[in-house]
Order: sequence, then structure tokens, then C-alpha cells
Amino acid sequence: MTEERHIFSVLVENRFGVLARIAGLFSGRGFNIDSLNVAETDDPDVSHMTIVTHGDTQIIEQIYKHLNKLIDVIKVTDLTVENHVEREIVLIKVYAEPQRRGEILQIMEIFRAHTIDVSPDSLIIEVTGDEGKLKAVVDLLRPYGIQELVRTGKIAIMRGAAK
Amino acid sequence: MELSGANILIESLKQEGVEYIFGVNGGAAMPIFDALYEHPDVKLIMMRHEQGASHAADGYARATGKVGVTLATSGPGATNLVTGIATAYMDSIPMVAITGQVFTHLMGNDAFQECDVIGVTRPVCKHSYLIKSGDEVAEVIAEAFHIASTGRPGPVVVDFAKDAQIHESLFRYPEKINIRSYKPKVEGHPRQIAKAVELIHNAERPMIYAGGGVPLANASEELRELAIKTGIPITVTLMGLGAFPETHPLAMEMPGMHGSCCANYAFTDSDLVIAVGARFDDRVTGDLTKFAPNAKKIHIDIDASCIGKNVPIDVPIVGDAKRVLAEMNKLVHRVDIEPWMRQIDEWKEQYPFEYQQNGDNIMPQYVIEQIYDLYSDAIVVGDVGQHQMWAAQYFKFTEPRQWLNSGGLGTMGFSLPAAIGAQLGCPDKTVVNINGDGSYIMTIQELVPAITMKLPLKIFIINNMYLGMVRQWQELFHQKRYAAVDYHDNPDFALLAEAFGATGIRVERIEDVRPALEKAKGITDGPVVIDFIVDEEENVFPMVPAGAGLGDVIRGLA
Repeated sequence: MTEERHIFSVLVENRFGVLARIAGLFSGRGFNIDSLNVAETDDPDVSHMTIVTHGDTQIIEQIYKHLNKLIDVIKVTDLTVENHVEREIVLIKVYAEPQRRGEILQIMEIFRAHTIDVSPDSLIIEVTGDEGKLKAVVDLLRPYGIQELVRTGKIAIMRGAAK
Repeated sequence: MELSGANILIESLKQEGVEYIFGVNGGAAMPIFDALYEHPDVKLIMMRHEQGASHAADGYARATGKVGVTLATSGPGATNLVTGIATAYMDSIPMVAITGQVFTHLMGNDAFQECDVIGVTRPVCKHSYLIKSGDEVAEVIAEAFHIASTGRPGPVVVDFAKDAQIHESLFRYPEKINIRSYKPKVEGHPRQIAKAVELIHNAERPMIYAGGGVPLANASEELRELAIKTGIPITVTLMGLGAFPETHPLAMEMPGMHGSCCANYAFTDSDLVIAVGARFDDRVTGDLTKFAPNAKKIHIDIDASCIGKNVPIDVPIVGDAKRVLAEMNKLVHRVDIEPWMRQIDEWKEQYPFEYQQNGDNIMPQYVIEQIYDLYSDAIVVGDVGQHQMWAAQYFKFTEPRQWLNSGGLGTMGFSLPAAIGAQLGCPDKTVVNINGDGSYIMTIQELVPAITMKLPLKIFIINNMYLGMVRQWQELFHQKRYAAVDYHDNPDFALLAEAFGATGIRVERIEDVRPALEKAKGITDGPVVIDFIVDEEENVFPMVPAGAGLGDVIRGLA
């Protein structure tokens, strides 16, 4: 069976130990986590997790069912099969000597990226977008020399009215 | 009125109808034990090791269907409980395990007898709570009992900091539990049930495959109705034995690695498998690619994650077995499967469980047959190993909750403490413990509470002076290299029983087997231990070697 990437949106009780339960479920059963993002929702009692994982159909079904089985999990949605948007922020510290800064700023403009820090020979750039856009930016900046790169992991939300 | 956290715990347990707590005392749980001291309603059963305490609570739960409660101190007390919690988890047994924890201001500081119990138990329990304040106690206990006993049952761990045990607050027990993230689905979907019924009516070679979920759901009556009304043959797994009477003509007996040839051949030839509360465990299915290759599969289970985990399912039905079967029974009628039934009967006749007498040795199967003959109504608590399989094969169970054993985790040492729990839960029943020499000595210390309480347990040791099941695998698959299985240095278990203060009988000759079992019947003021010295190298057959298909069963050594 072919492996597919899936994004799970998981609402959980904002309680001690919930993250460990989710992480333990994945490690204990040998499921993969590609990225995991956790934060409070509008309701402080509820946290939202975006989990990006991959596996064949049977594995994905098992992940879905096992997430649902955890007592602290309120709702699980496989966003991959829904109409959704996904975003990720990446912070890139790139070498930028004064004579090359102009080129870099041009690239940034195309991708609507921001400069958030400048030092004599480097810039810190913030870019938001989906996977394709972030890959394009990183690929274009790589020749200048990337010193450090940090990503938030994906967050995702379903389009349209809440179901 | 304000009560200490420990007293709130006991009051909450009273609300849940708890009669017994199985525990071992220790520093971080002392306020709880103090609250239990000479308590009129909630009785503390003082076990000799925390593992024994957890198995006793488990045995109580298996025998009665009620939630078993076990209690231990922090650190080593809690880690000793872990085997028992994992045992209950694998077999979906409702249990609440309470552990003392160090003072909250010491937590995380590597304090004396501190251990991250929530962390250690996370993968082996259904859910867990850490109580850091006395005013959380009532709600946590109410939720813990609700979670342990509903849906797919399982153990819930409650880790209870010592200052919270002492801290006083107002006791008010919640009347209703509402956990927004936990709503087990009990009703089967009517459309799925209708689909299943259609498959049943159109099948030519259908079979029912029932597991431990049936006794857990108290659905044996509904299961019997389904089998008898449709006339479909049925195999019941090690965990479900007794859910359908083994003595009934439709019974094909246990499937799997040491199951009946009939049940295993039936899987291989069947065109419809109706699974109820069973989880297609590897010990049942053998090689998955050869498992029931021609059969459509219906799977009724309370746990959606069990469905489709090992085997693709054509008609999944998530729900409580009792309710789903009751709905199905309204719709089914007798099926015409005469040629299939002829085949089943032929297999049964051709390949019954059988063994050969070896010289003058006591054959272990003979002992089980005699136990069955004299104790057919008893609750039988089996341990893990060859004796467990022989008991499952040669004792014909007819009632649910009559056969208790650690099927999932396969915990040696389970049975003696579990028998204590079963006897306390069912004081009017005879409780027989069929044990092995290897497993008996793992929790032998629990003879002490059994003797103290004068429990009339019948402890029958099938003693072959080996870790017999491992020895059997070594004989068959490791060129008879008997590494680390020789138990000829066993103590004399009869003398040892006497030293503990029980009645001990050693049986070395065939003609003494039955008289000893009869004598044991008359001993009612305490446990009796009979050490049956049996044939040392008898093997369990039939056997489907690990990884082979069910059709490739070895019926015996030529």
C-alpha cells in the first residue's frame, strides 16, 4: 500500500499530561509524527493540536481511531480529506553581506516575507505559507548560505462554516 | 462536613459499592490505610506483594463483573502494581489502581520512594489521574470508576499525593458523570446490523468466533441465542471460554495455536466469520495471509480501534455486544447449512483433544479431566503455560466468568492472587486454581492472606519440573537445548504449603490423583495445595507453530 501524508486536527482537554499521552500513542504503536503543533484555542480549557503524519490507509485509520480512543481527546478531524488551508512559519537566518542584501530583499518581496532582524552580515527572515511556498523560498535562499532555520510545524483549519 | 482527602476517597469508594480493596501499606499511602482501619463497609485485604494485590483485584473483577480496587504506596509499591495493571489492560478488566504519591512540594525532586507513576503506567492503562488536592478526590474517583467500567473496560490509575490525602475539604459526590470527550458508542448501527444479518442468511459455511468481550459485556445469553437460533457453529477463544457451553453440539471449542483442529479448519474453510468481542489476536489467527482466506467478516466490538486492526472487515459494527446481539437476534432465522455441519461434525469426531498415556506417569491432561469430573461447577483460575492450555482444552466450561486467566499479557503468577479475589467476590462458589510449578512460585507468598482469611481455595499444581511451554518450544524449535527451563530444584510444594499453614498433598501415582482431589473437596477451612508430579516432557497438542497458518496445525508428534 502507498503511504500518504495526513493532517489531523485534534481538539483536546487543556490538561496536564495530554501531550505525553498523544506522543506516547504514536511512539508506542510505531506511528510517525512529521510535525506537531500545540496551543490553546479560543477556549482556555481546550487545546488544539495539528499533527502531520504519514502511513498507508490502514495505519491512518488506526491513528484516527486511537486518537479518538484517548479519554482527553474531544474531537479528531482528518483535514486531508476536507477542504482546508494550512500554514507554517519558518524563520531563516541567512548570510547577507551588504552587497547581496538587495537581491535577498527582492526575493522576499515576491514571497511577502518579512525581515525581523538585521545584523552586519545576516538577516532573519520570517515567511508564512504552505509547504510549496516555504520550500521555494528556502531553495532560493540556500545559495546565499542559510545559518539556521526554524519551523513552527504546520497548523491547519477547515474552510467554511464550522461543522 | 469537611473530610480529609483519604476519608473522601473511602466515602467515594463506598458510593461506588466497593466491598474490598486489595493492597499493601507504605509511607506515602498511610493516611488512606489509616482511613480504612477497621472500616465497617470497605474492607482492606492485606496482600503480601503489590503484584498480588493487583491480580487479586483483577480476579475479583473478572469473577463478579464489578470494578476491582487495588492500593499501594508510591515508588516501589506503585511499580510493583504495574504488571497487574498491564495484565488487566490487555484483557480489558475494569480496575481502579490507587497509588500514594510523595508530597506535592517534593514531586519531581527524586524524593524518597518517588516515581512518576503516571508516566510509568501511561501505556498500560485506560486512563490516569494525579490528585494534588483533597477537593479533587470525589470527582476523580467518580470519573475513574465510570471510565474503568464503561465502553471497553480497563484499569484506571489514580496517583494520590500525600498532602492531598491529609488536606480537608467538603465531601460531595457527583451524582452524574459527564465527560464531554468520552462517550462510548453502545448501540450498533441498524444498517450495519441489517447488512450482517443478510450475510448470515446467505452464507453456506458460516461460523461464530466469540471472545472475551462477550463475558465482559454480560452477553452470553444473547450469544447463545444467536448460535442456537441460527444453528451456526461457534468457537470461543481462551478469553471467552464458557460464554457458550463447550458441551453444546454447536461448540467447536477453542481456536488458535493450541485450539481444536475443528475450529482452526473451520476458519480456513469458512465463507463467513462472525466475530463478537474478539480481536483477531495473533495466537488465534496464526499467519494472517492464510487466515480465513475465503470468508467475509463481520466484526462486533465496542472498541472501534480493534476493528480492522489485523484483518480487513466487511461489516464493522461498533457497539456493546449485548445490545448488538439482541438486535441481531430479532432479525435472524435458522440457516440451512447441513453439508457444512456434516463437515464440522466430521472434524470434531476425527480430531478430538487427545493424549497418550506414558508408562506409569501421571499425564497432566488426566489430572485436568479428573478435576473437571469432580469440580465441573467451580470457578477455575488458570495461570500461564502448558497447564493453562490443558485446562482450556480438557475442562469443559459452560458458564461465563467460570474460567479466569491472563490471556493477553500472559502473566505468570496471576492465578493464585486472582483466585483470592474471585473467592472473596463469589463466596458461595468453589474456586479451583490450576497452576504450574513455574507460575505458582512467582506469587506463592499470597498463600498467606488466603490462609489468614481461611479461604477454601483448591490449588492444584501441574508440576512437570520445567517451564514447560518454553521447554516444548525448545524441543520443537531449538533442538532440545533446554536453556533456563529446568525446575528440578523446585521445593516440595506440599511441605511448603504445610509450612505456610495450609494443607499440602503430594501426588506421585496415578491411583492417588482422584482420592487426593476428593479429599481436597472436604477441606473447607482453608486452602489446600495438591502438588501433582506429572509426566515431565508431555507437550501441548494440537499446535499451530508461531507464524504458520491455521491449516498447518501439528496434531501431535508421530
